[in-house]
Amino acid sequence: MFEKLMNIDRRIIFILVAVVVIIPTLIPVRLPTTVSEPTQKLYNYIDALPPESTIILAFDYGPSSLAEPEPMAKAVLRHCFNKDIRVIGLTLYPNTPTLADNLMQKIAAENQVTYGEDYVFLGYRPGALQVILGMGTDIASVFETDYSGNPIAEIPLMRNIINYDQIALLLDLAAGSSTEAWIFYANTRYNLKIAAGVTGVIIAQMYPFLQTGQLVGLIPGYLGATEYEKLLNAPGDGTIGLNTASFIHLLIIGLVVLGNIAFFILQRREA
Amino acid sequence: MRRQVPLVLCFLFGITMVLTQFSPHSFSQKLYEEVIDWALIISPFALILAVITLVQAHLTRIRRRVEHWQYSILVFVGILTMAGIGIPFGPKNTAFEWLYNNVQVPMDATMFSLLAFFIASAAYRAFRARAFEATLLLISAMIVMVGNVPIGDYIWNGVMSWLPLEDGASKTRQWILDLPNLAARRGIILGVSLGVISQSIRIILGIERSYLGGGD
Repeated sequence: MFEKLMNIDRRIIFILVAVVVIIPTLIPVRLPTTVSEPTQKLYNYIDALPPESTIILAFDYGPSSLAEPEPMAKAVLRHCFNKDIRVIGLTLYPNTPTLADNLMQKIAAENQVTYGEDYVFLGYRPGALQVILGMGTDIASVFETDYSGNPIAEIPLMRNIINYDQIALLLDLAAGSSTEAWIFYANTRYNLKIAAGVTGVIIAQMYPFLQTGQLVGLIPGYLGATEYEKLLNAPGDGTIGLNTASFIHLLIIGLVVLGNIAFFILQRREA
Repeated sequence: MRRQVPLVLCFLFGITMVLTQFSPHSFSQKLYEEVIDWALIISPFALILAVITLVQAHLTRIRRRVEHWQYSILVFVGILTMAGIGIPFGPKNTAFEWLYNNVQVPMDATMFSLLAFFIASAAYRAFRARAFEATLLLISAMIVMVGNVPIGDYIWNGVMSWLPLEDGASKTRQWILDLPNLAARRGIILGVSLGVISQSIRIILGIERSYLGGGD
């Protein structure tokens, strides 16, 4: 029996994963969440910004990993638009502009804010480090136009924005190593305040920067998105995703425990 | 000459850029800004180079009829379709956006979603407490996993209610991330940074020349 358990057909595991993903998605269960300190810090920071402050939202994730950062983006955009905080969107990823542009337009329409006055999307420029450093001296030298091709000198929101000195915060929604680049170059050289919203797999990498204060806050994966939605009192995609993630985590833990029990019993028998 | 010129340029630009970091003089800062502008102009050429390399690699595959060469034709179909619509009509064109939203996004998301199935299968087969270190890793990973989702605290508060620690799963996870993880990460960052500095010095001084090709 234990030999069979050790050599279980992987298709059975695949079916289990599919079932555990599909059922909680179709039948949502609202599990109680507490807000962690890194998420609370970011929420408080944005909440305390005076109206008409400007933040940059960097959409540094691709379509492959949008499940986690997108709920974060939605929650933060809703928070900013409700607080009359202006948002400049951009991306360091070449395959993200359409995704980010559509998302900003959707949340802007929900909140009845105006393009060019309350938010703007600058799009993508190649060369991540050069973009980060170049914006530190002059944003217009990097992005002469927005994503739609309008000269940024003609965009009302951008008239008083020259470089990072006029930016209250940069929130990097990341699925890779972009947050480190923003910290190393924009924070260290230009003192730009940085926060991050990252996928589950890179949360652990962010803790040294949180402890030093180089990150003013952190939205950690689905959990962080759910926490932010809870702070806004507006459950959304993060809450739905976290419920599914809860059950899949339990399944993986169950499988690992089961595998180890079978492994130890077989080892004892062999000894 | 083919090797000396890049070495001299690398040395001159390397030393100059290092010096600009230590001088707040306006000339130094102007020079720094100028070089950043050059870099911004040069960056798009990397994309062009990438496209040329991709085209060359797939043309070779088609010409030599290597296994699954037919998929290389699909690469060209994809490039020509997206570039054919995107370059003349812009990225906000309806057809371009439709293709992006209905072809690229689902395909990318599907590829990444498959990881969940393989990770579950691999965790079941490979995550074994064979040694003390492996057991430590296994226990920490399980605590972080269960503490990362609200069901962890839900179970903890139900099953471990006799303990004087509420929300123990998320608190233990937070402790692991705040202390052991932080200490290990900081060590890694320091090590990598020292490595980057020493490698940069080797490149600037022309000791490390592998970036020129040729293997020396």
